[in-house]
Amino acid sequence: MQHLPRKPSHPIRPIAVALSLALAAGAVGAADNGKYRIGIVTFLSGAAAGPFGVPAANAAKLTVDTLNAGKLPAPYNVKGINGVEIETVIIDEAGGATKQTEEFRNLVQRQKVDAVIGYISSGDCLAIAPAAEELKVPTIFFDCGTSKVFETVKNPKYLFRTGLDAVVDNVAAARYVVETRPQLKTVASIQQNYAWGQDSWNDFILALKQIKPDVKVVSEQWPKLAQGQYGAEISALSVSNPDVIHSSFWGGDMEALMQQGGARGLFDKRIAVLTAGETGVERFKDQVPNGTIVGGRGPFGAFAPKNALNDWFRPAFTAQYKEPPTYPAYKMVQAILGLKAAAEKGGKAGMPGAEQVVQGLTGLSFEAPSGTVQMSRAKGHQAVQSVSFGEYQYDAKSGKASVTKVKTYAGDCLMPPDGTAPADWIKAGFPGAKCN
Amino acid sequence: MTNLLAILFDGAIYASWLFLVAAGLTIIYGVMRVLNMAHGSFYAIGAYSAASLVGWYFSGQTGNPYWSYLLLLGSALVAGTLVGVAIERGLLRFLHGKDEILMVIVTYALLLILEDVTKLVWGVDPYFANQPYRLLGQTEVGAVLRFATYDLALIVVTVAIGLTAWFVLNRTNKGRLLRAVIHDREIAVAMGVNVDAMFTVTFAIGSVLGALAGALTAPAISVTPGIGVEVIVLAFAVVVVGGLGSIGGAAAGAVLVGLARSVAVHMAPEMELFVIYGVMFLVLAFRPQGLFGQTLVRRI
Repeated sequence: MQHLPRKPSHPIRPIAVALSLALAAGAVGAADNGKYRIGIVTFLSGAAAGPFGVPAANAAKLTVDTLNAGKLPAPYNVKGINGVEIETVIIDEAGGATKQTEEFRNLVQRQKVDAVIGYISSGDCLAIAPAAEELKVPTIFFDCGTSKVFETVKNPKYLFRTGLDAVVDNVAAARYVVETRPQLKTVASIQQNYAWGQDSWNDFILALKQIKPDVKVVSEQWPKLAQGQYGAEISALSVSNPDVIHSSFWGGDMEALMQQGGARGLFDKRIAVLTAGETGVERFKDQVPNGTIVGGRGPFGAFAPKNALNDWFRPAFTAQYKEPPTYPAYKMVQAILGLKAAAEKGGKAGMPGAEQVVQGLTGLSFEAPSGTVQMSRAKGHQAVQSVSFGEYQYDAKSGKASVTKVKTYAGDCLMPPDGTAPADWIKAGFPGAKCN
Repeated sequence: MTNLLAILFDGAIYASWLFLVAAGLTIIYGVMRVLNMAHGSFYAIGAYSAASLVGWYFSGQTGNPYWSYLLLLGSALVAGTLVGVAIERGLLRFLHGKDEILMVIVTYALLLILEDVTKLVWGVDPYFANQPYRLLGQTEVGAVLRFATYDLALIVVTVAIGLTAWFVLNRTNKGRLLRAVIHDREIAVAMGVNVDAMFTVTFAIGSVLGALAGALTAPAISVTPGIGVEVIVLAFAVVVVGGLGSIGGAAAGAVLVGLARSVAVHMAPEMELFVIYGVMFLVLAFRPQGLFGQTLVRRI
C-alpha cells in the first residue's frame, strides 16, 4: 500500500492552535486569579449607548476602581469585596435577546464570572431571567423596567433587581400630574411602539383614570422606536389639543420630539410629562420649555438626595467624565454596592461564594447614592425606593438647568403588595398604598 | 378641514425628506447596479459633520446665524464627496460588473465598518445642531396648526434637487452620457464613454445626496449612533415602491409613502408601523418592478 506524501500543514495552523489555547488558558486563568469577577452588561453601541449604556459603564469603572482603592465612604470602605480585588468584564448589550443569552452563558461558563450585573432592555431581562436561575449565578438587573421579570421567574433565588420597574414611574407620574394640575381634563400620549412604550402608557392611563376618572384621552400616537421624525404625530397632537402629553420616550427620540415639538409650539400651552426625562436635563437647554414635567425612574440623577455616598459619586463622576451622572449611572452604582453589601453581610472573610451573595442580598436593606434601598418585593429580590417628579427649569443667564417643584412618592405608595399584579392593584384603587 | 390640511402638509414634509434620503440610493443603483447598503452611513456621516460644524459655529456666538445654512450644505458636500470618492476608488472600482448580490454583501460590510468609524470619530454621545431649525420660526396654517418654517423650506429644497437631477440627466451632455451608461454599459464603453469616471462621479453624487439628507435632518434631531441603519430601511422601501434606479420613481414612492403614513398617523395611529410596508406590499403585488421600474429582458 502506497502512502501518499503528507501534505505539509499551513504555517498559520499551529499559530491559530496556539492562539486558541492561549485564549482558552487566559479565560480559565482569569477565573483563578484570586479576583472577584463581575460581568457588566450594558449598551456600548446603538441608540441606547449614549444616554444609558455608556454612563452606566463609566459608573461601573469608577465605582470598581474606587472600591479596589478602598476609598469609598462607609459602610463601603473595605477594599474590593470582602477585601478581594474586583475585576470587571464589560460586554455590549446590543444584538438582541438571543445573542445576550449566549453572551450570558459565555460570561458564566467560559469567563467564569462570580456575578453578573446588567441589562437595560426589558426584552433582554426577560430572556436572561430563567438562564440566571439555571446557571445558579447571582445576577442583578440594574435598569430594565418591565414588571414581568418576577412573573417569568416566580420563585427567584439567584435573580435580583436593584432598580424599580416602569409601573412605579407611571403611578408616580399620574399622582404628580393630578396634584400639580388639578384642572386637568384631557390627556394625549406619544410612545415608542414596543413593550416599554405600551406598558408605560397602559400603567399611566390606568392610574390616572383611577385617581381622576373624568380625564379624557384625546390622542394616542405610536411611532416606531428610533423614528427620529415626528412631524405628523406633532400635528395630530396639536389638533387634539390636550392639557397634558404623556411620553415614555428616551434618549435621542425624546430629544428629537422635544426639539421638533418645541419649534412648532406644541408645548406652549400643553405640558409634556417625560417619565425618562431626567437623562435630558443637562442637554435640553432652552429647547425644552420650563415647566415640562420630568421623572428620573427613582431618586436618581437630578433627584438624588444629599448623603455621603452621593457627595462622593456625583463630583467624582463629573470630574472624571466631564458631565454629571444621570439615572443609569446611579442605578449601576446601586447594583454594585448592593452586591458588595450582600457579600459582606455575614462578616465571613475572603472570596464570597454565590450562596453567600444570594442569601445576603435577599431582603437586604443597603445604602446607595440615591438613599436607602430595600429589597422587599418579589420575596426579597426586587428593590423598593421612592420615585420623584419635578419641573424642568432652565436659566438662560447662567446657562444652568435644574428640576424644581419636586415631589417624592414613597415606594410603598407606588408598588402593589407582594403577589399582587400591578394592573389589578391599580384597578382596585391602590389598596394598602402608604402615601404621605 | 384642519385634519385634511395637517395630512397634506405632514405628507408633503415627510415625502420630501424621504425623497432626499432615497434619491442618492436610486441614482447609484440606476447607473452602477449597486444596491448600496452603505447609503445609511453617508446619511449618518452627513448628519454628524453638519452637527459638529454648526455646533462649533454657534459656540463662538459671533457670526451671522444664517451662515449656518451654508455650513449644513458645505459639510454635506465635503463629507459626501470625500467618503464617496474614497469608497468608489478604494474599493468598488475593483468590483465593477460583479453580481448584484455580492455588491449588497460588500456594501453591507461597509455599512457596519462605517458605523464603527462614526463611533470612533464622534463617540456615542448625541450631537445637536438645532439652531438652524428654529431660526426660521413658525408658519401658521389654519387656526391650530403651526409648522416649523425649516420643514416647509425643506420641501422647496427637495423639489429643487429633484428638478436639478432631472435637468442634468435629460438636458445636458453629461446627463446623456450617463443615460447611455444606464441603458447599456457595454455599448457606452464601445462608443468611447469613460465608464469608470462616470461611476466615480455618480457614486460621489449619490453619497453627497445621502450626506445632504443627513445634514439637513440634523437640526431637527438628536444625532446619535444608529441613525443611518434606521434610514436605510425606509430608503429601500421608497425606491422599491418607485422602481429601482428611477428618480421619478423615487419621487412617486416618497409621495405615496409620505401621504399614506400621514393618513395613518391622523386617522389610525396604531397602523403607523404597518402602513409603509403595507404600501410596499400592495405596489409589489401588482407591479413587482415598482411604479416606474422597467421589466428587464433576460439576456442569454
